[in-house]
Amino acid sequence: MTTQTKTIAGTKAQSLILSALFAAVLGGTMLFLAGHAQSATLHDAAHDVRHATGFPCH
Amino acid sequence: MFQRMLASALIAGIAAGLIAALLHFAFVQKFILLGEQYETGALIHFGGSGTKEGEHSHEAAPATADPAAEDPKAPETAADGHDHDHGASAQGSAATRNALTVVFMVILYVSYGFLLVAGFGIAEAFGRKIGPTEGILWGIAGFAVFHLSPALGLAPELPGTIAAKLDLRQIWWWATVVCTGTGLALLAYGRHWIALPLAAALLALPHVIGAPQGEGYFGLAPTEVGAIFAARVLGTAMVVWACLGWFAGAVWAREGARS
Repeated sequence: MTTQTKTIAGTKAQSLILSALFAAVLGGTMLFLAGHAQSATLHDAAHDVRHATGFPCH
Repeated sequence: MFQRMLASALIAGIAAGLIAALLHFAFVQKFILLGEQYETGALIHFGGSGTKEGEHSHEAAPATADPAAEDPKAPETAADGHDHDHGASAQGSAATRNALTVVFMVILYVSYGFLLVAGFGIAEAFGRKIGPTEGILWGIAGFAVFHLSPALGLAPELPGTIAAKLDLRQIWWWATVVCTGTGLALLAYGRHWIALPLAAALLALPHVIGAPQGEGYFGLAPTEVGAIFAARVLGTAMVVWACLGWFAGAVWAREGARS
């Protein structure tokens, strides 16, 4: 019983960490595109936001 | 599980992004437009008389950097403050420019939302419960990680500010975010005594190394404009991050109770 409870808790923790890793990669990629990518179109579109949130802009 | 993260990040990120846009238009944007007027030569710091330059030891006089700055009558060419080669002019009308600002604020805060709930997930995997109250604390920490600590080396840049090479600054920015985030997490959740000195070292490291700096100070806008701009960027970011944390914590707890 205890082993079973531990396994369930372990599976839940594992699933949380996997989801967290995926969320972190997704968030990091979006942050890079919105705040740091230097494609001219992205830079121009996000220009004011980059200045107003303290990113190194140009 | 990911559904819960998705809901928390999206709802909190969209709400916080809209608040960020509102605060941007209320408190920050006018200084960007003003900075651009100095950047394009529409306004000139000391340009009217020039007599104060010597008295204040502004050695690198701005006029030499920009031919337009030598002619005080040049301003009319860019008097609306939108004739700016870094984005505004390419985007056309002020309405388009403002709409893009709203869109990118939302995208940015959704991305912060994902990073925040990733942290919630890891904390919960280690048995920590996160609700709206903890969310506010996480939000303030997020502000310190993504805004305050990088700003200690790279102050928010008003258009026309002089700075070091972009890629070097971006690398320092990311490294500072990683070091500060890891340092604060160790400080808050570390269980072994070694966590404390390690956290202190990580928090200090980017600033001991130092951010890449520009060569000299010859920005075109008055220091007063740059100072109030930087202060408002940080102030509004702190408010928005607290909101982001609260929203994310609230949705996270609600969705957790449901599943």
